[in-house]
Amino acid sequence: MQYSMKYIFGFAAVLCFVCSIMISTANVGLRERQEINKVLDKQKSVLQAAWLVQPGEKVNRARVEELFKNVRPRIIELSTGKVLEEVNADTFDEESLPSLPAPTNKAGIREIKEQVKIYEIMEGDKVTMFVLPIVGKGLWSTMHGFLALDADTRTIRGLTYYDQAETPGLGGEVVNPKWKALWQGRLAYDENWSAKIAVIKGPAGPVEQNPYAVDGLSGATLTSRGVTNMLQFWLGENGFAPFLKSFRESGRA
Amino acid sequence: MILGKKQREALLDPIFNNNPIALQVLGVCSALAVTSKLSTALVMGLAVTFVTGGSSAAVAAIRNSIPPSIRIIVQLSIIASFVILTDQILKAYVFDISKQLSVFVGLIITNCIVMGRAEAYAMQNGPWLSFLDGVGNAMGYSLILVVVGTIRELFGSGSLFGYAILQRTADGGWYEPNGLMLLSPSAFFLIGIFIWVLRAWKPEQQEKD
Repeated sequence: MQYSMKYIFGFAAVLCFVCSIMISTANVGLRERQEINKVLDKQKSVLQAAWLVQPGEKVNRARVEELFKNVRPRIIELSTGKVLEEVNADTFDEESLPSLPAPTNKAGIREIKEQVKIYEIMEGDKVTMFVLPIVGKGLWSTMHGFLALDADTRTIRGLTYYDQAETPGLGGEVVNPKWKALWQGRLAYDENWSAKIAVIKGPAGPVEQNPYAVDGLSGATLTSRGVTNMLQFWLGENGFAPFLKSFRESGRA
Repeated sequence: MILGKKQREALLDPIFNNNPIALQVLGVCSALAVTSKLSTALVMGLAVTFVTGGSSAAVAAIRNSIPPSIRIIVQLSIIASFVILTDQILKAYVFDISKQLSVFVGLIITNCIVMGRAEAYAMQNGPWLSFLDGVGNAMGYSLILVVVGTIRELFGSGSLFGYAILQRTADGGWYEPNGLMLLSPSAFFLIGIFIWVLRAWKPEQQEKD
């Protein structure tokens, strides 16, 4: 059967219209749920980094929201380390900020934002922990995670990755709770406040013997190196060092 | 069974007799990518089932009004819509798994099985039959995904659905995981073995030289 040009165009137009109605309906109808999922997922990672949620623990939305009552999101200026009290952390949208070229680094970070959202874990009105976002290249993927630091700004309380695509079973073991547990109590900085923590090859032993090192992931030298590099960057002068320094000097520690 | 013979054939034939992966060797790419864990393999199978069933039924419903000159792009638009819909639903209801499947849900569009069924079957048959045919083919695909996913997760990570079955040495157990199982090439071997076993069982599937 021959179809006229008019029919063909008309058919295509109607089809496109029907398809787009279907997709936009789904998008609008499900958007709220998706947004909630995204926020919850991030909040869960923050809590996991601080070990307020145990690995494997199933937490529902109510539980996350309850735990998050003791978490105070803050917006800080990276270069000066100042807390920007006037910026509302709940509506803060990092994506909308301009990206600045990152200073030379080994962590594969090309751009940074001048303002960053961090989380303070509170006990009453005292800060007990910071949860700082970290990002950097592993072997295959850009790894996104959180580093939890004690209020003494030196002791590591936890490290977690919420977005990475390293080789499952090798580099992907960065999400293994056993490995994550090794970070607790290690020291991020030495006495002179230079970032010293590193993932080494082989076992690092208990914290007392080797406070500045963490076991390497076997078969994942490059991922391990990526973790070291990104921690060095984010704990350094171009990362959170100014903020942590000003916190120490504020006497709130 | 309430289905007639023809319907039953449309639904069940693709599972063993005319399996899209094992006999037609289609859709292998995603079968490698999402099978390192059973949960992702299963969800991927369900997603493909939904897309293939839905798009085959939709294409069949309008098959007599589709102008032949643009039929491929029409099929593609319908399939793409179903894929986006699936992706949205996964993001809303099983966020963790959708994060792991990431780009592969979107890539269902390029899965030859979906287009193949729309073009080869749904253009000639009614919506109900086409739906069954689509679901059947996707089930044939899912079957392989689940088999491969089970073997890869069990021997690669010592677990199924994330629950430890074989205690790994890293967790103080006895099982030394097979690292190869976690890498894509192992899926090639497993699919190859699956095809071998299937063709030994059903010799009529063997190709003549």
